[in-house]
Amino acid sequence: MDPIVMDAIVQVDGLRKVYGTTVAVDEVSFEVREGEIFGMVGPNGAGKTTTIECLEGLCTPDLGTIRVLGLDPQRDGQTLRECTGMQLQQSNLPERMRVWEALDLYASFYAKAADWNELLSQLGLEEKRNTPFSKLSGGQKQRLFIALALLPDPRLVFLDELTTGLDPQARHAIWDLVRDVRARGKTVLLTSHFMEEVEHLCDRVAILDHGRIVALDTPAALIHCLDAEERVIFSMTGGLSPSLEKALSKAGRLEVQGEQVTVHGKDGRKVPLVSEVVSQLAGQGVPFRDLRTEQPNLEDVFLSLTGREMRE
Amino acid sequence: MKTMFSMKTMFSMKTMFTMKTMFTIKSLLKMAWMEAKLFLREPVGAFFTLVFPLMMLIIFGTIYGNQPAPQSGGQGAIDNLIPAFTAMIIGITGLMSITITMATYRENGVLRRLRTTPVSSQVVLAAQVIVVFAMTCLGMLLLVIAGKLVYHVRFEGNAFSVLVGFVLCSLSFFGIGFILAGIMPTARTAQIIAMVLLYPMLILSGAAWPRELMPATIQKVSAFVPLTYVVNLLRGLWTNEPWGDHLLDVGVLAGMLLLGIIVSAKTFRWE
Repeated sequence: MDPIVMDAIVQVDGLRKVYGTTVAVDEVSFEVREGEIFGMVGPNGAGKTTTIECLEGLCTPDLGTIRVLGLDPQRDGQTLRECTGMQLQQSNLPERMRVWEALDLYASFYAKAADWNELLSQLGLEEKRNTPFSKLSGGQKQRLFIALALLPDPRLVFLDELTTGLDPQARHAIWDLVRDVRARGKTVLLTSHFMEEVEHLCDRVAILDHGRIVALDTPAALIHCLDAEERVIFSMTGGLSPSLEKALSKAGRLEVQGEQVTVHGKDGRKVPLVSEVVSQLAGQGVPFRDLRTEQPNLEDVFLSLTGREMRE
Repeated sequence: MKTMFSMKTMFSMKTMFTMKTMFTIKSLLKMAWMEAKLFLREPVGAFFTLVFPLMMLIIFGTIYGNQPAPQSGGQGAIDNLIPAFTAMIIGITGLMSITITMATYRENGVLRRLRTTPVSSQVVLAAQVIVVFAMTCLGMLLLVIAGKLVYHVRFEGNAFSVLVGFVLCSLSFFGIGFILAGIMPTARTAQIIAMVLLYPMLILSGAAWPRELMPATIQKVSAFVPLTYVVNLLRGLWTNEPWGDHLLDVGVLAGMLLLGIIVSAKTFRWE
């Protein structure tokens, strides 16, 4: 047997789900390995939430087989919910429920619940202990949801669109928490519609579009496969001299916009593009400023795979 | 050897079953306690269930007093109003509290969140029934205490009979609440429909004031109002009329209860 398949904690094969005339998910197959942070990313309506709901047994697939922790979510949904933690998009608590009450109540649903007082301090919610749910900020609500998802002391945690609607600072704080969760030996399956998020957070990423997986690999490999251009951008006064233009053209394609010059270089070169550009500039004594490089990212991968921008 | 082994298995299976039941009861009680706190924290619901009927009782008591009147069989106004206002509380908790709570929980994703845990829908529904029933009891208790202390109400019925009738009336009305919550598309429509049904019902059934004071034509319409049967049964049992005089009331209410259980089980949705 393939050793990769053996330590798969989630196995999905040929999943298909249709709502009315809309195909929400089609021919989706992937595996999640024990101990990794696996991300599903794609625009709204790409099928991320439907997939995650099928994994937890909350919706019935039309086709395909699913194994989560070796169980069939349709048949053993109850058992599965006892040993996995789950944060679903658009799910809430009653407005007047206090933070400690939510943890205390949800802890009573699990035969072997983790100590919620400990979770409260680990997630930095101690001060908010007596705050009603409706008075929490977006980031605090998400932290409480992570705490609730960790209550069953699960091997596997599902986190659906955890950072949607949060400001960048709160988002980075949540990323640290997700890394902490993994550091405790738990496997994380998350969805997001931020390419940047999965690029920083996930070990492997499945890119979904219109219900299908269009790419699946580590973020680095996905970007590498793209064979995309690296860019060096700088500004200078006085315009390019013909000799500099000639020298830079050897490094890559040139684009000049006012005072700003962009050099597009191909990936996989011997000398890094940035050192070639800088050495030419320094060699000719050109005063330049604001020099920066731009690496291709998952956003570019999505664009090249689907032909459109990910963000609305 | 073999028999010993199977006995052991049976024993452990039985312990497992008991443990699981105990565990479910623990979750249920925890949830009911939580829901009770949430009920009391919601000022509008708590006001209409606990304070408003009491206020009405005191207003009517101040106007009419509780002198025995020959036209109402030696009963005073307050003696008649306590079972009628109890019916009013049942109408409010069944139609408003249950409908609004369940529809809001579904719309806001509270049920969606519960669904990701091992807790069953029966526990969620049972917790709701327990709490709303307890609040209905509390509302009635407040009426009885105020009536006893302030107006020295006369009670000629059998307490046990009244209690049984009260349970039947409450549960059959909770059924309507669960059905409405299940079939209404949004929390807002559920709230509006509940109010549209409740207000005329309170007036036509005789829960808000004696039906005897209404014109005969309107009294005929009362027969189509479910709350009328609650008022009839509770008033009858309160004055020690035999169950035999109220077979129609019991039949209608039992039918409603059965319908409520069947339909709400079919229409219950997590989201």
